[in-house]
Amino acid sequence: MKVLVAVKRVIDYNVKVRVKPDNTGVDLTNVKMAMNPFCEIAVEEAVRLKEKGVATEIVVVSIGPKAAQEQIRTALALGADRGIHVETDEEIQSLAAAKLLKAVVDKEQPSLVILGKQSIDNDNNQTGQMLAALAGYPQGTFASEVSVDGDKVKVTREIDGGLMTVSLNLPAIVTTDLRLNEPRYASLPNIMKAKKKPLESTTPADLGVDVTPRLTTLKVEAPAQRQAGIKVADVAELVDKLKNEAKVI
Amino acid sequence: MKTLIDRQTLQFLVHDLLEVESLCERPAFVDHSPEIFQSVIDTAETIATKYFADHNAKADQNEPVFDGKKVTMIPEVKIAYEHYADAGFLGATFSAELGGMALPKLVNSAAQSYFLSANPSTVAYPFLTSAAAGVIEKFGSQEQKDRFLRPMLAGRYTGTMALTEPDVGSSLGDLRTSATPAKDGTYLIKGHKMYISGGDHELSENIVHLVLARIKGAPKGVKGISLFIVPKKPISEEAEVSLTDNDVVLAGLLHKMGYRGTTSTVLNFGENDRCVGYLLGEANHGLSYMFQMMNEARIGVGLGAAVMGYRGFLESLDYAKQRTQGRLPSNRNPDSPPVAIIQHADVKKMLLQQKCYSEGALALCLYASKLVDDLETHEDDKQRESASELLDLLTPIVKAWPSHYGPRANDLAIQVLAGAGYTKDYPLEQLYRDNRLNPIHEGTNGIQALDLTGRKLWQKGSQGLKELAMRVQATIDEAKACKPLAANANAVAGVLKDLQQTTFQLASVLQQKGPELALANASEYLDSFGGLVVGWLWLAQAVKAQALLDERKNGTMGQYSEAFLQGKIQACNFYMNTELPRLAAQLTHFNTFDDTALAMQEAWF
Ligand SMILES: Cc1cc2nc3c(=O)[nH]c(=O)nc-3n(C[C@H](O)[C@H](O)[C@H](O)COP(=O)(O)OP(=O)(O)OC[C@H]3O[C@@H](n4cnc5c(N)ncnc54)[C@H](O)[C@@H]3O)c2cc1C
Repeated sequence: MKVLVAVKRVIDYNVKVRVKPDNTGVDLTNVKMAMNPFCEIAVEEAVRLKEKGVATEIVVVSIGPKAAQEQIRTALALGADRGIHVETDEEIQSLAAAKLLKAVVDKEQPSLVILGKQSIDNDNNQTGQMLAALAGYPQGTFASEVSVDGDKVKVTREIDGGLMTVSLNLPAIVTTDLRLNEPRYASLPNIMKAKKKPLESTTPADLGVDVTPRLTTLKVEAPAQRQAGIKVADVAELVDKLKNEAKVI
Repeated sequence: MKTLIDRQTLQFLVHDLLEVESLCERPAFVDHSPEIFQSVIDTAETIATKYFADHNAKADQNEPVFDGKKVTMIPEVKIAYEHYADAGFLGATFSAELGGMALPKLVNSAAQSYFLSANPSTVAYPFLTSAAAGVIEKFGSQEQKDRFLRPMLAGRYTGTMALTEPDVGSSLGDLRTSATPAKDGTYLIKGHKMYISGGDHELSENIVHLVLARIKGAPKGVKGISLFIVPKKPISEEAEVSLTDNDVVLAGLLHKMGYRGTTSTVLNFGENDRCVGYLLGEANHGLSYMFQMMNEARIGVGLGAAVMGYRGFLESLDYAKQRTQGRLPSNRNPDSPPVAIIQHADVKKMLLQQKCYSEGALALCLYASKLVDDLETHEDDKQRESASELLDLLTPIVKAWPSHYGPRANDLAIQVLAGAGYTKDYPLEQLYRDNRLNPIHEGTNGIQALDLTGRKLWQKGSQGLKELAMRVQATIDEAKACKPLAANANAVAGVLKDLQQTTFQLASVLQQKGPELALANASEYLDSFGGLVVGWLWLAQAVKAQALLDERKNGTMGQYSEAFLQGKIQACNFYMNTELPRLAAQLTHFNTFDDTALAMQEAWF
């Protein structure tokens, strides 16, 4: 069974993000970039499926600038078999990403596509769902457990207030949630092996996809600084403050 | 998450100052690429952050315990060890035939700096294992490699270096542990060893001690010392660990001020006359084998000291930005808000000193690591030779300078936090205690100074010194061509000249008046020498930083922020304006061959 995993290059989750002074976006100069944490979980799940003998080949795809090859190499060092880089310097919004992935799915014909539920840069939580619609595949989003059984995949989903388990016909789309697994790190021997694994490069034009942004970003702002808290003496004072100062009750 | 090492700082040293990419052109490293190097360093950062930093304080508060039978320690140490081994770091610099990664020493040192920053006492176990494995690789027989080295690199056996005895520390020539030849070609080892790090624990199936001992009848002094492999448990022909012991007995654990997670052991070998040892290499060559390995271990000590100094710098920098206190001297308005202490010139000065010491020491240790790569893998014979001579000369400095100034930086970091720094609420007091070991082990700094002034300077017709002078001069010339750095270049040139003259003088005093007087103030000489070398590396950093700043002006933004590059240049300025004059004065004093200390009498104390 072939598994396709999509990975995205984003600002490292440890980096304190700074908004550009002109409010057009986030300042990416001199910051550490890394694989989106949800994508790491997606790669890990695919590798575990391969270790269980369920998956036979893991193809990892990333859309982005030349440097996104670093994240593909990381995925290869974690256990993926080959990489596809869709090279573009354009801003790629969720819909464009989904269309590009659809084109790759058409070519590769995977039985399972695993994506992160969202990327930590824009928090859209859309690409997996859009891809499912475009490809006409069933989807199991926010997965906290995945098990493949014959031509079906059982996905336990994290939903408000509990878990929901769905059974999907393959081929299917799965998006990962935080609790699905704990990703491994790349060991030194695997980093070395990754260098020899094939990495093919393509472009949106090659794939026949128009990636023109459909949305315009008006303004990006840092969240307001949180005010320091205060201690109240008793419930009466709290109620009073909520009523008269915060005016929320 | 706490930053273990700032990425730009490490990147700048490894890529810009030391040009790690150029190593990929050598046949020894053709299978590598700059991306692989970065991935290795990233993995080190991940494991160090996740599995080492988590128990640094806990291991300090819960030192290993010996109940008379077994040593127990907090479980996190073993987990960390296993991750380190599983990820392949034990064999990072070993050849592919041995299952290693054949990585450059420079890359390995960069990776190690994350582990040392996260938890120096836990990483001591794998560090010692790799070091001991390195000796077996170089001098062991094929059979010894199969039986000991492979399981060590696989993480099954750990290693130690057992030199010191209760009565013999610095003066190894006097050691007493004995080796009696047995009929089967092995030796029976008997004696006591002390301070042996990692000498007992339950982290691995077996412990491989590399023991210095004297074969019965061998000459006295350093020429009669041999090196033996002595496993804790006997190893049968099939290289399987058997259950009986090899008569290596833990007499007890030592309780220390720092590095409390690493067991420090007193070991008795052969109390029952059945401790089997295997001779490594040739008889009576043990000390020279050990020293070849110690040269690299000494870079490790320097690196640890530098990185711990650096950790303290980051902690105190962070604090100084947050803590508000007082107002600037020009402000007398009590209604004005207090400023962050980083605004006070005296605090800035303490931070700059730490930056100069720790980043300078880090540059020095990484430079030395690159010299090891050069002497092992450079394609040009001459370059290999000059790297070897230069490394020999610099080794005492690479060990002693960082291990003096790293703890000094920690001292300043505590001072920046003041009261808070003295409490256990902040990691500085532990860093300070941990780092205090470094001037002591792997040859005290006093011994390093004697090694430098009594031996290393004069080896091979002082080729090392000539090579160093040439390299320093090349940087001076580069810096002179760059206007903003010309004054700094002149400052380094001045001290270089002073040092050369002093060395000339030292040679003649050594010859005419003997070593007692000539070497009486050897530590001053080492300090000045080290200070010059670090000054040179600061100048070289400033040259790179200035070039990158100029590129920025021309529109090439590069990967460093302007503030980062400015910081490099200002630190260089600070070093030149405050440290170099002190070195010059110290050299002047050294040149007088002052005998005040030498002439002091025991009774006068
Ligand atoms: C935590 C820790 C871990 C260690 N780990 C190991 C280990 O794994 N394996 C191992 O074999 N050893 C280990 N050691 C031992 C360490 O290497 C020795 O402590 C060190 O070599 C100094 O020996 P000493 O303590 O006996 O001091 P001494 O040799 O007694 O020196 C005392 C003082 O005298 C000075 N001095 C000595 N001789 C001279 C001289 N000729 N001229 C001028 N000054 C001199 C020294 O500089 C020092 O200041 C460790 C020590 C510690 C504290």
